[in-house]
Amino acid sequence: MNLDAKTYQKYANAYAKKSPSPKNCIAAFLVGGSICLLAEGLYRLYLHLGVAEAAVRILTPVTIIVLTALATGFGVFDCLAKAAGAGTLVPISGFANAVTAPAIDNKAEGMIMGVGAKMFIIAGPVIVYGTLASVVWGVIYYFLHMRGIV
Amino acid sequence: MKENTMIAEQNRGIVRIPNPPTIRAWASVVGKKEHDGPLGGDFDLHAEDDRFGMDTWEKAESEMQRLALGMLMKKSGCREEDIGAIFAGDLLNQCTGSSFGLLDAKIPYFGLYGACSTMAEGLMLASLLVGGGYFSKAAAVCSSHFCSAERQFRFPIEYGGQRTPTAQWTVTGAGSVLLSSDGCGPYVTEVLPGISVQMGITDAANMGAAMAPAAVDTLSRYFASSGVSPDEFDLIVTGDLGQVGHDITSDLLLSMGYDVRRVYNDCGLLIYSSESQDMHAGGSGCGCSATVLCGHILKRFANGQYKNMLFVGTGALMSPTSVQQGLPIAGIAHLVRISAEKPTEMGGGNA
Amino acid sequence: MREIIIDCLLVFAVGGGFCVIAQLLIDYTKITPARILVTYVVAGVILTAVGIYEPLVKLAGCGATTPLTGFGYSLARGVEYAVRDKGLIGALTGGLSGTAGGITAAMTCGFIAALVFNGKPKA
Repeated sequence: MNLDAKTYQKYANAYAKKSPSPKNCIAAFLVGGSICLLAEGLYRLYLHLGVAEAAVRILTPVTIIVLTALATGFGVFDCLAKAAGAGTLVPISGFANAVTAPAIDNKAEGMIMGVGAKMFIIAGPVIVYGTLASVVWGVIYYFLHMRGIV
Repeated sequence: MKENTMIAEQNRGIVRIPNPPTIRAWASVVGKKEHDGPLGGDFDLHAEDDRFGMDTWEKAESEMQRLALGMLMKKSGCREEDIGAIFAGDLLNQCTGSSFGLLDAKIPYFGLYGACSTMAEGLMLASLLVGGGYFSKAAAVCSSHFCSAERQFRFPIEYGGQRTPTAQWTVTGAGSVLLSSDGCGPYVTEVLPGISVQMGITDAANMGAAMAPAAVDTLSRYFASSGVSPDEFDLIVTGDLGQVGHDITSDLLLSMGYDVRRVYNDCGLLIYSSESQDMHAGGSGCGCSATVLCGHILKRFANGQYKNMLFVGTGALMSPTSVQQGLPIAGIAHLVRISAEKPTEMGGGNA
Repeated sequence: MREIIIDCLLVFAVGGGFCVIAQLLIDYTKITPARILVTYVVAGVILTAVGIYEPLVKLAGCGATTPLTGFGYSLARGVEYAVRDKGLIGALTGGLSGTAGGITAAMTCGFIAALVFNGKPKA
């Protein structure tokens, strides 16, 4: 075959079907929007029931997390995610699924190195880099705060 | 070092087996999706829930191998002690799918790793050893399981993700063949071992493109040195190139002057329905070519529909670590020629 | 009533909008979903730091707090609060305090799910 690697990669790329993006984006918008709307409904419901606002702020995402864990356990979350793509990935449901799925999946490798360790295989980096970013912002904020800027 | 290279180059040709062994029996075991697919009726055994009664996916895969060997024994009427050696492989780390599954079979065991080309690799080695007179019978078994492969290579099963259109679906299934020095066909008459080819593809969700150059390399070497035209075959089938790899292979071969379009297909395209089963670019995994060969194809040799074919097992040589480190994926393609009749004249170009 | 409908539309549009941006990144670039999650959380921290996210939360409520950028928003808000409260040491404690509820809930649910459920093959 007289093809060099670079030419071949270009050649092969032309054969790869592209993702049906417009369709994917509509699905992501509808499902993602619905999950946020569900959260908003829960938020207002909890407030209406007289729960303190500070607690409601925690309780709302926690409810979505619990629902996601159930959906993951019953094996329906991945079916929804297959159609919704970023619509289930980006809301807190994506994070909850990323924790729950490996926990269930690695049960056979034991509670410590299976469930305990693998729980963070996808969600770990999110916590690590989010927290690192917050530390950086915390230090900057400290100096800004000292100088009375914020 | 230099001399070794010379020897390798001399040996790059087609191996014509002097006493072609007979594929005496074959057996296949598949999961639910494969049973629901267009070839569903061709397979010997299938499970309703892909667990095969086991509590882990890895055990389920081993169980498929055990069932595939058991079915092979039953169909051939042979006993385990008649078999000189078994060549087995799968996709799991250290080939545990095979080693655990065949633990109870008291047969000398060789574990193989040829990625998804393992069925062709095992069939080739077993044929060479039987054809060379070292064993009177040898077997090859090979499997893959969607769930165990997904866990090892991609994400947890319950993880919600979207597949790209080039992604392929690992076949849940196992296939087995028994080679015998006596018998009246179908025969393994020629083999052409593959050379790994790497063309810089790094996308693990586009294995078809990574493996296609290897298939083209092996097939073009075969046509060039045998002088046989693609039209002399009833079927030329690659293992699991899927839609993308199939199209690339077909077009590249055409550009080299080998028109395979009339007879060429891919096991990954045969096993699932592209309309009713949403499998993106098609099936993949060791089990893909193994079950299509041991269910669909050999059955058509038995009923006389096929007389002459090329079975080209294709494999993507990579690991999750190599992909994460950004290393390109190499492909390999092993070719096995299966004929209903023994070639009358050895050494000639045409069989 | 009218106000509630407008609020809901805003929640839906902003939340859905975040998802569409991620979908475009997945479909047109080589960014994997795992990287998207990390990018979104870090982006949430940065957007909060430069003062863009807070108004968005006021505008769209859960439409802004439910996507993972909202997780970054909680991290940044937590660290701001802790720094004001405890000084520089707050930079180390604030982020995780602000998101402790979500992370702990995810861990707890994950653990319980692992006890209760067994894996199923993909449909």
